[in-house]
Amino acid sequence: MRQVLLIDFGSTYTKLTAVNLDAPGVLAHAQTRTTADSDLSIGLNEGLALLEAQAGPFRFEARLACSSAAGGLNMVASGLVPNLTAKAAKLAAFGAGAKVIRTYAYQLTREDAEEIAGIRPDILLLTGGTDGGNSEVIIHNARRVSGIPSNFPVIVAGNRSAREKCADILMKSTHPVFCADNVMPEMNRLVIEPVQRVIRQVFLERIISAKGLSETQALLDGILMPTPSAVLEGLKLLAGGSNKHAGIGDLVAVDLGGATTDVYSIADGFPTGANTVLRGLIEPRVKRTVEGDIGMRFGARGVLEAAGSEAFTRLTGLPEEAVTRVIAGYSARPEALPANEEEEKVDFALAVLAIRTALGRHAGTLEKVYTPVGPMYQQTGKDLSGARRLVVTGGALIYAGNLKDIVREALMRADPLVLTPRDAIISCDRGYILSAMGLLSGYDQDAALELLLGAFGKEEENAAC
Amino acid sequence: MDRKTIILGVIGADVHAVGNQILNYAFMDAGFRVVNLGVMVSQEEFIEAAIESAADAIVVSSLYGHGELDCQGFRDKCDEAGLKGILLYVGGNIVVGKQPFAQVEERFRQMGFDRVFGPGTSPEEGIHALKEDLGVT
Repeated sequence: MRQVLLIDFGSTYTKLTAVNLDAPGVLAHAQTRTTADSDLSIGLNEGLALLEAQAGPFRFEARLACSSAAGGLNMVASGLVPNLTAKAAKLAAFGAGAKVIRTYAYQLTREDAEEIAGIRPDILLLTGGTDGGNSEVIIHNARRVSGIPSNFPVIVAGNRSAREKCADILMKSTHPVFCADNVMPEMNRLVIEPVQRVIRQVFLERIISAKGLSETQALLDGILMPTPSAVLEGLKLLAGGSNKHAGIGDLVAVDLGGATTDVYSIADGFPTGANTVLRGLIEPRVKRTVEGDIGMRFGARGVLEAAGSEAFTRLTGLPEEAVTRVIAGYSARPEALPANEEEEKVDFALAVLAIRTALGRHAGTLEKVYTPVGPMYQQTGKDLSGARRLVVTGGALIYAGNLKDIVREALMRADPLVLTPRDAIISCDRGYILSAMGLLSGYDQDAALELLLGAFGKEEENAAC
Repeated sequence: MDRKTIILGVIGADVHAVGNQILNYAFMDAGFRVVNLGVMVSQEEFIEAAIESAADAIVVSSLYGHGELDCQGFRDKCDEAGLKGILLYVGGNIVVGKQPFAQVEERFRQMGFDRVFGPGTSPEEGIHALKEDLGVT
């Protein structure tokens, strides 16, 4: 029997999945504490023992891992105009599985440089200007970054006319330099795959060892990618399928965490109405965003701020004072589980509003414009209203009671001008199958797809919810 | 690299796409690097595109009569965004009704547009003006 081990070193838990490739199926699944502060292999070995106890002994032909341990992949993005290259840079970094700590637009100031020095990102992405367009700002910014006394790698992916100059400037500094194609070579056209490949390469070659995760490598065939990137790979395969099997089509996924919430969409999201005009940046088919202020515990206050206390009182039936008190408690004690009915109600509302807010920020919007030929709509971003599937995943799911009710409620009362999914089949990924299959897809795509379709391929709601 | 870059688009809630395509083709054919934003373009979009592509001129079209409203404050916003002195053209049916063109031209010049073109202007006229103003031989 051909066996492969898939590992996700999360920030808190290390998840292990053993799969059989001959008759594709999950053999065993285990979860242990991540031991990033000492040595990742301690937790890994504990996990392996748990796996063996379930269905061992195993003889793995490959051990593949993704990691968001030791803080994940932290990036700073810099571009020219906030809505254009700065946004393109941020989308590219998100799509590569990074946490984008900060995005800068226009010229970096001395204060910005000091701030970046304090952030100490794993990678800084420098963009700006269309090809043949503005080169002044990116060159200024390369100079500014070259003066930051640190050795984080810099990826230059802006105006190609300025690439050489930027690389020359940075080469003379303490920063390793990498170049990639422009993230926005023409107005409103994103090209983010090349820079994502470079981010992946830098992650593999430098970040893993810089974080002291490389000793663990001896036990593995490698930490191949950041965890969100593995999730994205899994979703891409599930949506698009392989050469042999069709996927399930356009989908949206929400990863609800304690501190942050990730949203993924695999869909073109072009306008569907005849009198709708798409404006601005054409967003990528495979899109990931991270809401750094939206979560079930550390991010609870952010949900309250974004959704407003009225939304909470409506959903919970509790007075505002009670909502605020419970949320303050959650922010202080991130490990807390709801202990009474009041807290359960707030938890429900938190999950609903976190999902609604994060989806709303990820999806595109419509604006009604009255023209001499009648009302027209302008669409900014992606129209996900027709997405047939919504996958929900994340550590914070354990807090949430009835997931299906939560997601239905989140979708139901969405703003009609915000293009979130309206009537999607809800599935949930409690077994972290998405990241595992994302890892496996680079090794045995057909087996990965078969396993994914087994878990999510049915046209009915996931019973596990 | 010595090709001049122009930003082209139809401003406001105007959806007249045909003239825009004709101008796009004519300007490209005349050797310009054209960034065409299409129809229903806001002032901010013109300006952002001009910044990213280091444009030499912004050419604004308006066919539906509300051009005067749509163009208010355009020059000020360009100045504010650091596009000081960028060449600004406007053309089409830019005002409501039939008004003497000299008056219309004067009003738009007051608003900071370098050249103002009335209905029925041929693309060649615009090309000629751009070449003259940008020093293209």
